[in-house]
Amino acid sequence: MMDIKPEIADNRPQTVGRSSSIIHRPSFIKATLAIIQKDLSAEFRSFELISAMLVFSLLVIIIFNFALELDVKVRQSVTSGVLWATFAFAGTLGLNRSMSVEKDRGCMDGLLLAPVDRSVIYFGKAISNLIFMLIVEAVVLPVYSMLYNVNLFRLDLLGVILLGSIGYAAVGTLLSTMSAQTRTREVLLPILLFPVAMPVLLASVKASSGLLAGAEFSEVLAPLNLLIVYDVIFIAIAFMVFDFVVEE
Amino acid sequence: MIEVKKLVKRFGLKTILRGLDFSVEPGEFVALLGPNGAGKTTFLRILATLSRPSLGAVNVAGYQLPNQAAQVRAKLGVVSHMPLLYPDLTAEENMRFYGRMYGIGKIEERITEVLEMVGLENRRKDLVRTFSRGMQQRLAIGRAVIHDPEVMLFDEPYTGLDQDASEMLDDVLRTVAAEGRTVVMTSHDLVRAEELATRFDILSRGVIAASTTQKQLKETNLLSFYKQALAD
Repeated sequence: MMDIKPEIADNRPQTVGRSSSIIHRPSFIKATLAIIQKDLSAEFRSFELISAMLVFSLLVIIIFNFALELDVKVRQSVTSGVLWATFAFAGTLGLNRSMSVEKDRGCMDGLLLAPVDRSVIYFGKAISNLIFMLIVEAVVLPVYSMLYNVNLFRLDLLGVILLGSIGYAAVGTLLSTMSAQTRTREVLLPILLFPVAMPVLLASVKASSGLLAGAEFSEVLAPLNLLIVYDVIFIAIAFMVFDFVVEE
Repeated sequence: MIEVKKLVKRFGLKTILRGLDFSVEPGEFVALLGPNGAGKTTFLRILATLSRPSLGAVNVAGYQLPNQAAQVRAKLGVVSHMPLLYPDLTAEENMRFYGRMYGIGKIEERITEVLEMVGLENRRKDLVRTFSRGMQQRLAIGRAVIHDPEVMLFDEPYTGLDQDASEMLDDVLRTVAAEGRTVVMTSHDLVRAEELATRFDILSRGVIAASTTQKQLKETNLLSFYKQALAD
């Protein structure tokens, strides 16, 4: 039996495999990029996730278009609410799908077996989910602008949408990892996610509606600051607890 | 290479592993046999760092679990009954992804080498979702050896395979073992286990109930030994 001395083992060079020339442990950034690239390649081949999110989003804004009064003022006042409701529900669809791809064929185990810090998996998946959300938003915004006759292509508003999406993807990725391990994940994710993501959604709606109503930048600074703080808090918490979430 | 002492694993109030002792020498091929619910998969998941031991000491390839899990993972290759492959990526894209996760240099050379080993070189550009179950399992072995691990863990690798695919998998498993790797495999297929493994451990009610080697089996066969061990 081999004599095992962990304190000596700790000082071994960090090479992997029997032939040391083959491999070295990958950096955090390289491994994160590998996960993002893998998710994008798989999605751009099948379009299963983005198409589901897009169809759902477009249906929601079309239904609201028919349901709401044609009055321009009313439409302007509800724009941010309709937009964020659409992004939130479509985002949930994407988060569920993104994590079930990993879970259904055991690929999450494949990721967990890699010799990298497990937060790499979190950041890789969160950034992929954010990219999918942004792609859907990039299609929804012009359609919404045409249907509702509202100009949404303003840098300040796009900045708020980006910050809101970051917060939503950050907390959504963590919670979808938890819910993916249950049989009722489709139901469980929104139940877990919406209460937790409420501060992000409220701050996003508040900042968006302020900007659309023509308020000064200083007037929307409070919800904007809140949004930034929530983004940082959610990312930090997810970074700290992800290891425990995926552990048996 | 693997040393486990007094391992206990509990899920809530349920105790799955009850003070299990287990050790494997470098280069050994150990078949872990036992009835459903004996704790084989749970045990393998602990060795694979996918599950945390409740109590006990686990050392794999010179590293202690769970504290040095990342170092252990670098030395491990794991194949389960699920392929752990992405169906919307091609065979080589799957290999490239896992290669990048393990930080492999000269990755294209290694992908070609591994795909040739598992007999899928001519299907490297095909999507994994178009593969048969047998081909997926061979590719799963390729994925597991891409980083040239010292220790291989196989959890029911024959599940869902037909006769031809199982025979092909036998050849791949022999190649993997012949390269001097330490192998632990759980299986219900006693005939295959008897052909491949050098040692047989019977896991029952959360402990190793009996153990024998291929040499010792010459007087009897694995099925009789297995039945006897479970009856005791």
